[in-house]
Amino acid sequence: MATLVRPAPRMGLSSLPRPQGDTGIWSWITTVDHKRIGILYGATAFILFMIGGIEALIMRLQLATPNGQVVDADTFNQLFTMHGTTMIFLVIMPLSVAFFNYIIPLQIGARDVAFPRMNALSYWIFLAGALFINLGWLIGQAPDAGWFGYANLTEKPYAMGLNTDFWVLGLQILGIASILGSLNFFVTIVNLRAPGMRMMRMPVFCWMTMVTNILMLLAFPVITVALTLLLFDRFFGTHFYVPSGGGDPQLWVHLFWVFGHPEVYILILPAMGMVSQVLPTFARKPLFGTPFVIYSGIAIGFLSFGVWAHHMFAQGLGPTADAAFAFSTMAIAVPTGVKIFNWIGTLYKGHLWYTTSMLFAVGFIAMFIIGGLSGVMHASPPADLQQNNTYFIVAHFHYVLFGGAILGIFSGVYYWYPKAIGRVMNEKLGKWHFWLTMIGFNVTFFPMHWIGLDGMPRRVYTYPSGMGWGGYNMLETVGAFVIALAMLLFVYNAVNSMRHGDIAGNDPWDGRTLEWSIPSPPPHYNFAEIPVVTAMDDWWAKKYGAGHEVGHAVPAMAGASQDARAHEEHPVHIHMPDPSYFPIIVAIGMFVMALGMVTNYWLCLVGFAFVFTGIYGWSFEPVNAPAPPGSSEVHTALAPAPHAPVAVH
Amino acid sequence: MAVEAIPNPIVAAERTSTGLNHRKVLMWTFLASECMFFASLISNFQVQRGRSLNGPYPSDVINIPFTSVSTFALLMSSLMMVLALAAIQRNDIRGMKIWVLACAFLGTLFLGGQFYEFTQFVSEKGLKLSTNSFGGSFFVLTGFHGTHVTIGVIWLVSLYFAAARGKITAKDSLSVELAGLYWHFVDIVWVAIFTIVYLLKV
Amino acid sequence: MIKLSRSVASMQRALWPLGIALVGFLLAGCTGPQTTISPQSDFANEIQFLLKLTFWSAVGVFVIVEAVLLWIAIRYRRRRTDPAMPPQIHGNTPVEIIWTIIPAVLLAIVAAFTTPIIFSTEAAPPKNALQVRVIGHQWWWEFQYPTLGVVTANEVHMPVNQTVTFDLESADVMHSFWLPRLGGKRDVIPNHVNNLWWTPNTIGTTPGQCAQFCGTSHANMRMLAVVQSQADFNAWVAAQKAPPAAVPASGPAADGKAIFARSACIGCHTIDGVSKGTVGPNLTHVGSRSIIASGILENTPQDMAKWLKDPPAVKPGSLMPNLHLSDSDINALVAYLESLK
Repeated sequence: MATLVRPAPRMGLSSLPRPQGDTGIWSWITTVDHKRIGILYGATAFILFMIGGIEALIMRLQLATPNGQVVDADTFNQLFTMHGTTMIFLVIMPLSVAFFNYIIPLQIGARDVAFPRMNALSYWIFLAGALFINLGWLIGQAPDAGWFGYANLTEKPYAMGLNTDFWVLGLQILGIASILGSLNFFVTIVNLRAPGMRMMRMPVFCWMTMVTNILMLLAFPVITVALTLLLFDRFFGTHFYVPSGGGDPQLWVHLFWVFGHPEVYILILPAMGMVSQVLPTFARKPLFGTPFVIYSGIAIGFLSFGVWAHHMFAQGLGPTADAAFAFSTMAIAVPTGVKIFNWIGTLYKGHLWYTTSMLFAVGFIAMFIIGGLSGVMHASPPADLQQNNTYFIVAHFHYVLFGGAILGIFSGVYYWYPKAIGRVMNEKLGKWHFWLTMIGFNVTFFPMHWIGLDGMPRRVYTYPSGMGWGGYNMLETVGAFVIALAMLLFVYNAVNSMRHGDIAGNDPWDGRTLEWSIPSPPPHYNFAEIPVVTAMDDWWAKKYGAGHEVGHAVPAMAGASQDARAHEEHPVHIHMPDPSYFPIIVAIGMFVMALGMVTNYWLCLVGFAFVFTGIYGWSFEPVNAPAPPGSSEVHTALAPAPHAPVAVH
Repeated sequence: MAVEAIPNPIVAAERTSTGLNHRKVLMWTFLASECMFFASLISNFQVQRGRSLNGPYPSDVINIPFTSVSTFALLMSSLMMVLALAAIQRNDIRGMKIWVLACAFLGTLFLGGQFYEFTQFVSEKGLKLSTNSFGGSFFVLTGFHGTHVTIGVIWLVSLYFAAARGKITAKDSLSVELAGLYWHFVDIVWVAIFTIVYLLKV
Repeated sequence: MIKLSRSVASMQRALWPLGIALVGFLLAGCTGPQTTISPQSDFANEIQFLLKLTFWSAVGVFVIVEAVLLWIAIRYRRRRTDPAMPPQIHGNTPVEIIWTIIPAVLLAIVAAFTTPIIFSTEAAPPKNALQVRVIGHQWWWEFQYPTLGVVTANEVHMPVNQTVTFDLESADVMHSFWLPRLGGKRDVIPNHVNNLWWTPNTIGTTPGQCAQFCGTSHANMRMLAVVQSQADFNAWVAAQKAPPAAVPASGPAADGKAIFARSACIGCHTIDGVSKGTVGPNLTHVGSRSIIASGILENTPQDMAKWLKDPPAVKPGSLMPNLHLSDSDINALVAYLESLK
């Protein structure tokens, strides 16, 4: 059994002693371990998924009948704004980040990410942003101008309350969290791969996340500027988007979508990466055309900056701009669609094992096809003039974001849960979850294609009778509750399996990538010995050796597995980066600064003091508190050379 | 209480896939992201060009000779930075301290020029943030740039004090190099801003 | 394996609701009044062509790809008799190239059909088009006919078989002008003037509404288009240009006029010869419209009274406040306004 070596407490340059221990709530608050941070992200995002889902259910109740009276117009407008903002920024993105956190180091053979404290900081700032943007609910002034917040509706005198301020400040905080996270994961992927893991031997999930993180790094600054300009308009009297002051509301639209389009690829690429790991595992053969899938991902990333104005076909940009963006949009459909064929090719002639994870992955393909096709229909600008801002678009993006990203994420959850928890989730409940989700999802969102073409616009809190929309809306509401039921089943399963699930062991799925070569859950340091990689799907190659090409199982190579038993016989002492207080201090400071902007500017100074103290203390805090004198301990790097000496007692 | 001679022994010892230190890759990546940030602010400036409903207009306030002097100061500060890095790489700690301080001094001179220019605009020319499109976009762009320079100056001064306490030697030259990357970036952004805001026909 | 067959069977069963919805979708006969797939103008027809092209292509791709997926997903379920591992196929470059080229070609075809229609529908309107100036307000539509000297609200008339061009402006925030049967939408942006034009081909009324979220009562910002024969349109124009209908010397309408003239109404509304407000709709001929309050109420005495009683209750956020009028005042006002034909 490996033990962790903790040095005696030491006074650093701050007056606080370095935190210790790895149990209890304080250890979670100060953790810098990527696995714990991944779990924090995942649990938080899932709670927010429930909140966003409740917001949706209330909307669906309101829209179930014409002239609904469930909520008033103002409340509905807050609900649809927060539902969109929550699902995009507080659910799909952090769920993806949860997986980046947990899985990337394990798949590339590293012990942690490149900057563990900055990793923790990203999580706490995310939490601060999530709390801040939801603060408005407490005073009945949640953001209410849509998740896209078009100017000049967000300007005074049209948005006089605090609603838009919560939105702008909350998103700025969240943006910082995202950028810090992306910097970390990008450096990790570039710099911490195990020896022998050339880029083309890196798992496809890591490739997709690398593209995602590059997109985040390049797209988030644009929304940061857009929000900053809006903030200045609202707080400091500028007129960037205010027509009466010489500004142009369309500037917001451009800036928003230059960010917004890469953002939707940020939302889908991680799920595509997850599915690209799940399908080969449960088909028991490699991903078909791996290089093509990787190049498609890169192409999508690149092209995603050239299509933004397809969200603006109704804005009257002129025929040349419309045509140019129609072409680029159709171009980006090619690498997106081609992946679907690669995934189907992976299933072809496989031995398909329908675990819940696999069902979700196949369901993802089926639903993403529909979402992609409706997207192609929007790519023709004249046709889009009928579809834009109707329920047809709502159908499209729910098919790609729910039917795509969320189903893909659930596939990842069922796949990697055993690695993180050490037990598998219940398969029977999982299948119920899957089928109820598929039925509920399609009953909810398929009719939206129809009512959209039948003229029902979006973002409407009610509609009159006699339009032919009532029956379909009622059906959609029923479907939404079926989804809710399915999610409750999932929550029960996830919680219950923590105690009562079957023990997973290292490799319950006979996986292909390195995370399956270590215990479940992994020890603090992940790998006792950093593996040397010789192939794509290196773990499969190590298990089945040369025979894996010919279809014969070959006895596993000696020493290939790093199972718990091996660790008991040869304990290792690997000193990982120590926990730290400073990330949460900085995050609290940011929250207080934002609060000061909407209450009292003096509070901003208090918040800034926290931020400054936090960063100052951090910059003098070493990664590890030094070992006590007399210790023969070796500080192990996060990715030492193979067979690096470790202190063995 | 033993004083840490090496701030980050872990990081220094690590084997990396590229052979580059993590923090160096981090800084380059961060600067790429910052490019998009400043590109967006500069785009905003261009979009707002000509949209002012009232004066003062750029031609009323822009003083190219004055700003050229502070631009020169900033450009020279980059030279100081190069010399500082060269000094620490050959373990000339005294030299590094001098050049780093010179760099910070010239940077502060630049900031002083900005501060003077801004106060002139506000008090004498009546150009505030909220006055018109030019005021808004000008101050936001140059203000964020100035904030970046200020952070850089603080960083340089911290490096000076760290070196004075003997915490920086040749094997820590990375710390100076990272500050240098940041500083040169901020300088290049200023060249772009100066060209687009001041030199292009207003 | 028995469990898997049940899974598959239930998979097939789950597809039935999907299939039924799809068929329903295809039966375009059951469309509503604001449908986008019953075109009544040249512009709408051009769009319909592209919709059909992209829709049927999408259906074709959908059927083929989903069928392949489903067949493979079922056919290759693992069996007890399987060897330890299937052949480890890594890819097939020629196949991958082909299935990259085919979608690219299909999309190029769609682009080829799309591009001329982009340019023809976004060209400048014909010179002899009837000009309508549309101003979007929170939350109603103002229509002006500059060449005819007509100002009205929420109900836009046009003659059949004649091109009408709309110049779109906003008085406050972004809106979107959308009459689905007559054409696609165009956003209405403050400080921009956008343009949309078409030639309607069917006489009748067709509804539309704002399609860009514009605040509290975005859902209530509706309108009605009335396409008429040239003769009927000319008659309408003449009636709109005429001075307001004379009000009898005494009676409810006269009382109403007096109440109107001394109330806050005159600050926001224009009735020729009575008031000159421009914040709210022009009411000179309000009695001639079939809808009021931007299409959320019918123009009947009951609905008109309901509106006057408490406008924010009917249209949340409405700029027209509750003036706490007495019921008798309301009745008089209704009589007056209905008389303004």
